[in-house]
Amino acid sequence: MNVMDTRATSAMLYLDGVHVSFDGFHAINNLSLTLEPGEMRAIIGPNGAGKTTMMDIITGKTKPDEGTVLFDGVTDLTRLDETRIAELGIGRKFQKPTVFESQTVQDNLLLALNVDHSVKGTLFWRGSKAESERIDKVLETIRLTEARGRLAGSLSHGQKQWLEIGMLLAQDPKLLLVDEPVAGMTDVETHLTAELLKEINKTHTVMVVEHDMTFVRELGVKVTCLHEGTVLAEGTIDQVSSNERVIEVYLGR
Amino acid sequence: MTPHMLTRSLDRGATIFLLVVAALGVLIPLSNLLLPAGSFLQVPTYLVALWGKYVCYAILALSIDLIWGYCGILSLGHGAFFALGGYAMGMYLMRQIGTRGVYGNPVLPDFMVFLNYSKLPWYWYGFDVFWFAALMVLVVPGLLAFCFGWLAFRSRVTGVYLSIITQAMTYALLLAFFRNDFGFGGNNGLTDFKDILGFNVQAEGTRAALFALSCLALIAGFLICRAIVSSKLGKVLIAVRDAESRTRFLGYRVESYKLFVFTVSACMAGVAGALYVPQVGIINPSEFAPGNSIEAVIWVAVGGRGTLIGAALGAVVVNYAKTFFTSGMLAPYWLFMLGAMFILVTLLLPKGIVGTFNAWRDSSSERRPAEATRSAAAEDGVTEPKMAE
Repeated sequence: MNVMDTRATSAMLYLDGVHVSFDGFHAINNLSLTLEPGEMRAIIGPNGAGKTTMMDIITGKTKPDEGTVLFDGVTDLTRLDETRIAELGIGRKFQKPTVFESQTVQDNLLLALNVDHSVKGTLFWRGSKAESERIDKVLETIRLTEARGRLAGSLSHGQKQWLEIGMLLAQDPKLLLVDEPVAGMTDVETHLTAELLKEINKTHTVMVVEHDMTFVRELGVKVTCLHEGTVLAEGTIDQVSSNERVIEVYLGR
Repeated sequence: MTPHMLTRSLDRGATIFLLVVAALGVLIPLSNLLLPAGSFLQVPTYLVALWGKYVCYAILALSIDLIWGYCGILSLGHGAFFALGGYAMGMYLMRQIGTRGVYGNPVLPDFMVFLNYSKLPWYWYGFDVFWFAALMVLVVPGLLAFCFGWLAFRSRVTGVYLSIITQAMTYALLLAFFRNDFGFGGNNGLTDFKDILGFNVQAEGTRAALFALSCLALIAGFLICRAIVSSKLGKVLIAVRDAESRTRFLGYRVESYKLFVFTVSACMAGVAGALYVPQVGIINPSEFAPGNSIEAVIWVAVGGRGTLIGAALGAVVVNYAKTFFTSGMLAPYWLFMLGAMFILVTLLLPKGIVGTFNAWRDSSSERRPAEATRSAAAEDGVTEPKMAE
């Protein structure tokens, strides 16, 4: 781990001049972005803009060709693997809901809890009251208390999305990366998800990638529009959606 | 293993399974030894040895189910760990022959005299002592699995690629053990055993005892596997099987988990091989044949992947069928039948025998009040896995 003497930045997440190319295709091109502690940021942009690749870089799945990625001002994420980064406190919700389908809802949350993740620790694990209380609380937050004993695979699409957000809560990371949380949700579910994320944002820094402009508007946070792997525009939803270039490449006339 | 882990791991199916194995382990040897030969209820000695072989296969199947059924690691080279355990036991048995060999050399086994060895190779040292050989039965397969797994899992070799390199591993060992100068009897392997711990390996009493010990090892192996899969570690293994990268993003070091079960599984396979060798009276390089390892995977698939009981049952059922069909007119067609069995099970019973039974039982219990099932599901630590993707 590359720990610098002093914080290089006050930002929770700091990306500077990041480049990634796959077989000559520049997925991320000189991307620079900062997220302050406690902030919630919405990321929009057309398909192929590099939104998911950016999350892959932050979580250690993809290594950038060049550029700086700092977490919490001190940690260089480009040198760490997924497990280390997760341990540091970065949680991720995938675009396609990824829950452990053959296990129950509460077991999914149990697995996500940020307790001892070593082989020995899990082999000799015995549940504690504090742990089950935390699980109960998360179940309540994501409205799945009734479904706690059901297999995650039997949940509806929207419920799986929530379970995955619940897993993030159980993980209790400093930074949450949420990829398309309302894809495939009904209007009511979308509204509830926005409420849920706002609630989570009270105690966590959040980055949300989403196409649903109504949802982004409802979040009411700073918006960054990516295009061809770089930042096209940044500002409030109104500023960004009235930007000529954004309308041209993303929103359409 | 704490008592807490034991009680948590035993559901009704597991208890029945253990009772059946324990009953067989006691009744078959007793019937063989105490009843007069030829009587209706007496189990003939050849059957004791045959069933002892099945029980060893069941332990091997259990070890494969632990990694394949619960962690998604499809090893097509597990026969190698079985054979290595077998060779470790075979080396002990060879050293026990002493001067009773054809050449009467007190130290060198016959094949070494025949091949003009002047002294015992260093890696044969210590195998005249039982405890050392027994330790090696665990250490050699375990160490190989640890080194192999450390390299493979850290480099994130998964799926079919891992299966292929496990095949390559067992094939490489097959070729090595075939060589006369490798020092393990080459083509002929190790055989002509006389004593084990001072008892004649051919004697009825020894065979009965070996059978009972094999059942005991099956029970122990089953309890260890149950304790592992019903712990939180077992939930992590299933998580790795179903969504490996998701598990990583939760902060689990997936390669450590894989390495742990892979090594435990290899040690279990080694024990199975060690019990197998004195009962069949020979160990030779053909035990490393890639086909053997694939066959063992078929047992698990037939019995029900990810059920443990199914793996053991599958090993016995398929091998019983093999014995039955290869001893008659149908013998030349056995491999076709094995292939057909695998295809039919994959198409018609993708969860295997036990998996299908469990699914049927669950669906019939769903008609009862939903609340009861829900609380039952909440209590049940282990959930039904899906068949291979």
